[in-house]
Order: sequence, then structure tokens, then C-alpha cells
Amino acid sequence: MIAVDLLRFSYSKLGFSLNIDEFKIESGEKVAIIGPSGVGKTTLLKIIAGIIRPNFGEIQVDGVGLHQLDDQARRNFRITRIGFVFQELELLDYLNVFDNIIHTYRINPVLDLDYSVRERAHRLADEVGLGNKLARMPDALSQGERQRAAVCRALLPNPRLILADEATGNLDPANKSHILDLLFQSADKGNASLLAVTHDHELLPRFDRVVDFRSLLDIQHIPPISEEYRANVLTRHC
Amino acid sequence: MQHDFYLAWRYLRHHRTRTFILIACLSLLATLPLALHEMLDEGETQMTARAESTPLLLGSKGSALDLTLNALYFNPTIQTRITMAEVDRIAETGWADPLPVYVRFRVQNHPLVGVTLDYFDFRRLSIAHGSMMAMLGECVLGSDAAEALGIKPGNSLLTTPENLFDLSGAYPLKLHVAGVLAKSHTPDDQAVLIDLQTAWVIEGLGHGHSEGKKPEQISGLPFGQADANLVHDAKLVTYSEITPENLESFHFHGNPSTYPISAVIVLPHDRKSSTLLKGRYLDNEEKVQLVQPLESIQGLMKNIFRVGVLFDAVLVLVGSAMLLALGLVFALSLRLRQRELQTIFLLGCSKTKVLRLVAAEILLLGLASSAVCLALVELIHFYVGGLVRQFIMP
Repeated sequence: MIAVDLLRFSYSKLGFSLNIDEFKIESGEKVAIIGPSGVGKTTLLKIIAGIIRPNFGEIQVDGVGLHQLDDQARRNFRITRIGFVFQELELLDYLNVFDNIIHTYRINPVLDLDYSVRERAHRLADEVGLGNKLARMPDALSQGERQRAAVCRALLPNPRLILADEATGNLDPANKSHILDLLFQSADKGNASLLAVTHDHELLPRFDRVVDFRSLLDIQHIPPISEEYRANVLTRHC
Repeated sequence: MQHDFYLAWRYLRHHRTRTFILIACLSLLATLPLALHEMLDEGETQMTARAESTPLLLGSKGSALDLTLNALYFNPTIQTRITMAEVDRIAETGWADPLPVYVRFRVQNHPLVGVTLDYFDFRRLSIAHGSMMAMLGECVLGSDAAEALGIKPGNSLLTTPENLFDLSGAYPLKLHVAGVLAKSHTPDDQAVLIDLQTAWVIEGLGHGHSEGKKPEQISGLPFGQADANLVHDAKLVTYSEITPENLESFHFHGNPSTYPISAVIVLPHDRKSSTLLKGRYLDNEEKVQLVQPLESIQGLMKNIFRVGVLFDAVLVLVGSAMLLALGLVFALSLRLRQRELQTIFLLGCSKTKVLRLVAAEILLLGLASSAVCLALVELIHFYVGGLVRQFIMP
């Protein structure tokens, strides 16, 4: 599903660089990425999603070479094949829950908003317990409900790859589990791959594989790891 | 495209206050110059129509415009006086019909206009309620004056003294309202119209009082004993109201040809008569002038339009400043929306699409402002006649 080879990316102004020689995920595989903040996990997800273009290297996603596509093509690819759930990517405050879920269909013509899509949106909302709250505005929802709505928005196009960037970060344990269930069920249903960046080490056993992001990187670029992080996360799950 | 407008509409609807302020600013900005020009055009039409329907005007020498404003629009600040002799002089020529007008007094801020009954025919004024004045001391009210004063036929109206401390001046007279005129959309609607003789009674040239006594009824008076002699004592009652009972006692003193009027509307029988009359009053020795109201009003309108051009220039400057301010508001609001724009960009929205969404919002704001502007202009168009009479007409 994902094949990253000799990836080189840098923010020259910030002095940040990301160098990954090889990273692969199989189709249908559910992988968690862990690692300290600021090392480039979100950047990697954005490169895989086609939001950011690397300076060098090859990125194959679902058989398509993203590094060869222009902005428009990468955007179209992302919106049709990838469901991206962000930790702080809030719902739009001026749209109700239903309009937020189908929002991607309104902002890119490559997706066609027809009756079946609306039906699927209703079904997804029912599945996550928002069926009776579709007319509500985001500020009338709890944090967990908002995140569930955001997950529905990501899953609506039946993506082949689900990317989750700390999607459960601000949630209580019950909602964390609920969101993860949703992502796993959706991935299982569509034989989609799931790549999730997370700091919730209690959720890691549910993934097929846990990758320490630091192990992907050229060691010369890695900041020293904290003892606390090593004790709490790496020793338990890697 | 449909989705762009839907999202833009939802955004504007959600931020109602901001949207309302933007629409209000834009619509007012568009409405102001349109309304101003609508009012100026209507003002020109109304003023020109009144002047056009008045072929010639005779009045005291001086400003032709002052004379026109006084006789046609009952402007009270301008006092022009001539005598009834000028009416006779016009009539004697046989070239025109004279219609004397006396504008001097006011009743509760409405002009009190002394005219003859011919004036009503000339101005095509008809009675809507009640009847035409038939007796000394009666008046008919223009429709707006009746509405403003809350007066109906059968009610009475007290004239306003010119000066409280002028003991020899005009005393208040109780006028009986005989009728109310149908709306004519002219300055007559604001006027209280009385007969010229009633105006002279208010002026103090005519009066009524209780009967005097013959000298033989009074002892020790140094008067002759002729039958015609009447003597009034200190208890003489001067009437302040003209009723059928005391009507007979009202009389005028002095030569009627010296009674004052403010102007004469001159209606020449034909073009030749008009030319002859104009020639007659060209003499520098004349104490009166014969003017064409249309010329005076056209001169005034030129000045008004000069002011209109100045208004336009000011509006362009104010409008530009307001548009810049609105642009700033919009730019700042886009800055505040960075997070939202970043969200939809990450979701798969192109920068072009973001621009289209913003453009759709601007277009919707423009459409809503245009609709409000059209409604306001239509409203102003509906009420422009009244507004012009209220704010522009002299």
C-alpha cells in the first residue's frame, strides 16, 4: 500500500530535515507510529497524503507514484483514496454535522455528491451515534462527538488508506476506544490500510505493527530520546 | 458553482451580524447617490411643473426668485408687497387675467394664503371633504396641512399673531374650516387658504365690532348731532371670530386699491398679450416687476445641481473610504479564517477553490446589498414626492 524510498525533505528556514531510506506498509495493515514530538511524524503523514512534496525520493501509495504527480493530481488522489483524520482539524463552525461530513464533496469536483453519498453519510453517522445530531452545529457537540464527525468526514469517500494524526489525542479513554474502533472497522470493511500517529500507548496493542519513528530516521538527525518516553512506550511495545 | 454558493451562504448566515453590517454598509453606499439624484430629479420636476403652470408673475421690484418663491411656494421668509391697484392695472389692459395672492401670515407653521376663488380653478384644486369657503372668516386646508393639524371641516383654527409685543399688529382671528382640498402634490397641500378679504381682516384693515351709540344716547360728548355720527365707548367689543351673526358688522377702512397683496399671478390671453405685458413692465421707473417664474426656477435649479455635483464628489470620496474600510474588514476576516481555510486546504480544496468560495461570498453580499439598495430606491421612489416637498421645496 505504502512504499517510501530514499525520502529527503527539509524545512530550510526551520533547520528541520526528514530522511527516511525505506518505509513500507502492506495493504490492509494497521500500523501505529510512535515517537517524540517534533521529529517529523506529521510531516511524513502529510508527504504520504500528498499534501507536502518531498525534495527527493519515491512515494508509492496504492500503486501510484505521488512524487510524479502535480499539485492538482495529488489533491485529487488524496481526496479520493485517502481519509485523513487530524487531531486538531476542527469541524467548520458554520456548517452543521451533516454538511461537515459531506464537506469534502463540496470543495473538490472530483467527488460527486449524489444521493448514494448522502445515504452513506447518514449511515456512517448512525454507526458513530450521531444519527440524531446531524442538524446540530459543531459547538453543540461534545469533543468526542466532534471527533466522531471528523472521522465520518474522513471515511465517507471509502478511502483505501486511512491516515490518523493523533486522532484520539484530546479524548477521554472511552472516546479514544470508540474512535479507534471506528477506524479499525472501517479499514476492515474496505480492506484499507491504517497508519496512525499516536502517543496513546494503551492503544498500541490493537495495531498489527508499531513503528518507532526514530528507527526510520538517519540517526545523525535524531534528538536524544527521553528516559520517560523510553520507559513508558518503547520498552512496552517495540 | 452550486456548492460554492451553498458554502458561502452558510458562512454568511452563520456570521449574521458581520453579514448584516457589510450588507448595510454596501447597500447604503449604493443607495445614497441614487436617492440623492432621484430627489434632485423629482425636485426639479415638481418645481419646474409649478413654475411652468404659472406664465407670469407680478410683484415688487427686487429678486425675481424671491418673488417666485413667495408666490408659488409660499416661502414665508420673503416679504414682498404690492397693492391691489396693480391687479386693477392688469385687468384694465384686457390682455390678461390677474389672480392676486397674499402670503404673509402663518398658522402653526403652515402658510396662510389669501387668494380669490379663481385661484382654485387656476390650480385645479378641488374639495375632498366639506365645502368651498363661502363666507368671510372661512378657510380651506390643503390635505397635508389638514392631516398635520388634525383638523376636519367644521373645526376652527386660530391664526398666529405675528408679534406678541406689537399691540398695533395683526391680532389672531378664529378661522372656520369649510373644507379640505384633495391632494395635489403641490405646495397648496401645505397651505391654509383664505379669501383675500379674510387676510385683510387678519391684517387689521377690516374688522367687526359691537354697534356704536348715537351721540344723543351719550351725554356731554363734544360731537355734532348728525344722524351718521356714531360714538364708541371704551367697552367696545372687537370680534375675534366671524360668525353669521356678526358678519354684517365687519367692514373695511381705507381705499381698497391700497390694500396689500404679495403678488399677482398674471394669465395672459395669448402670446401677443404676454409680450405686450412684459414690454409694459420693462420701464425702469416701474416699482413692480413682471417675471417668468420658469426662468427664475431654472436659475435656482442650476445652483441646486451645482450642489448636487458637489455632493457626488463628496460621496465618491466617502464611498471610496468606506470601500477601503470594508476591504480591510474583509481582509482581516480572511486572516481570522486562516485556520478554517487551512482545514479545507488540507481536506483537498485547491487555492483556486478557496478564492472561488471567497468570491461567492462577495457575490452574495453584493447581490443582497443590491436587493436592499433596490428596495430602498423603490421605497424612496414611492415617497420621493413627499420627501422633496418636505426637504427640498422652498
